[in-house]
Amino acid sequence: MTALARSLVPTLRTVGLAAGLPVLLVLGWGLATQGSQSFYFPGPATVARTFVDTWFGPAFVQDVLPSLGRFGAGVALSIVIGIVAGTAIGTTPWLRELLEPMLEFFRAVPPVALVPVLMLLLGIGDSMKLAVIVSGCVWPVLLNTVEGVRGVDPVLTETSRSYRVHGALALRYVILPAASPRIMAGIRLCLSIGLILMVISEMFAASSGLGYRLVYFQRSFMIAEMWSGIVLLGLIGVVVATIFGFVDRRVLHWYHGLREVARG
Amino acid sequence: MSWTTSRGRVLGLLGILGFLATWEVAARSGLVNQTYLPAATTTLARLGRELGTPQFWAALGDTLITWSVGLAIAFLAAVALGAVVGLVPFLERATHSTVEFLRPIPSVAIIPLAVLIAGLSREAALMVVVYAPFWQVFVQVLHGVADVDPVARDTARSYRLGRYERLRHLVLPTALPYVITGLRLAASVALILTITAELVIGNPGLGRQIEVYRAAPDAAGLYALVLVTGGLGVLVNLATRMLERRLLFWHPSVRKEKAL
Repeated sequence: MTALARSLVPTLRTVGLAAGLPVLLVLGWGLATQGSQSFYFPGPATVARTFVDTWFGPAFVQDVLPSLGRFGAGVALSIVIGIVAGTAIGTTPWLRELLEPMLEFFRAVPPVALVPVLMLLLGIGDSMKLAVIVSGCVWPVLLNTVEGVRGVDPVLTETSRSYRVHGALALRYVILPAASPRIMAGIRLCLSIGLILMVISEMFAASSGLGYRLVYFQRSFMIAEMWSGIVLLGLIGVVVATIFGFVDRRVLHWYHGLREVARG
Repeated sequence: MSWTTSRGRVLGLLGILGFLATWEVAARSGLVNQTYLPAATTTLARLGRELGTPQFWAALGDTLITWSVGLAIAFLAAVALGAVVGLVPFLERATHSTVEFLRPIPSVAIIPLAVLIAGLSREAALMVVVYAPFWQVFVQVLHGVADVDPVARDTARSYRLGRYERLRHLVLPTALPYVITGLRLAASVALILTITAELVIGNPGLGRQIEVYRAAPDAAGLYALVLVTGGLGVLVNLATRMLERRLLFWHPSVRKEKAL
């Protein structure tokens, strides 16, 4: 075997293993819907065609971009609020004890139950949708930041204290880096909750957005369009998860390296 | 948790009272219109009256049934499939890409599909409730099964432990903490999705009652029920944490917690 072939075989095997099942599933879906005229389950070719027709065009600007914009803004706001408030709460013991029961309670309220409340308070505009996303997304970041800041290795804090590293300097170079694995775990949860809330907030009384479209297609029995919307949401979820994985590896490369060494 | 010290308990109580007082003042002073934000005392009084109605308990019962059935289906299916896939390396590698694709799909995306197939019923809600918790447990099972200590595995092999014994004494203790963590996460996610489904789909339960009060509009009832859902969430968290401590009393993570 030549060197090229030898390096090619493992690559091919990896590609085969990664692509095999998805290809089989799509083929199975195609075969299952081939002869049938099932109303609810169109074939993959129909869905793919509808996907292009529905989303590549004005709908992208009208529905997809505003949704993604609200999602991005809501998540960014949640991350900033969560980290700032979480650091303050985590580094101040009396504040933490004061707020802990309330935080436990608010975290436990299903964010969607707040949609009607926020609709009452803020109407049905963009601010309501943003508030819905933030009200659900902020908790995982906040609570994970609190835990992360609290759980900083005491040796680390005492060393930095004996070197007189205080205030902002300690925050920037000791506390936040040490808390970053927990904070990133919180952000991962924040992203998936944010996506759900983006859709839900648009299902109530909206006139644009992915959630609105999805409900509209379902109510008008535009089945293939509805499927294409589900596929689009899935794709957005996958893309967001991939981007997060990339950023996570960048930000926490030292941490993942440590874990691998520890595992041996 | 700071609730274990008396100082923590006093401060925590102060925090709750402070929150209620702020709420009361914000509503009574007219900072926020009382039609949109009824005062804390009004809401709590309404909650008291709500607790005396049979409709409330019926809604709560419906929610709990949907939640527990959904969680049970998701958990059992995930543990069974996860164990099989996790123990067979080929299956693990072959399904990896598919799992990573299906997992991040937001479960609300299937609401329209569920409504079309099953109508405005509990079955439709269950489709939504099962989806997300399933993946949460499934991935935890995979991690747990993969985490078996190599030294322990080699030791078991050199003692010629059989298949069943290896499962019982090697894989199960390693995977159990992961599975329980998965169950804890899944329980709260399933509750959130149950109430979401009731709100959006309209199958009977607390979520639908919230939507009814919003449309009425009956702000005090709405706020009272939101408080109930929060309380329910806290109870679920406490219960799963207790279960974790019971089942994993032998595990270092739990023993360390107790020693502190």
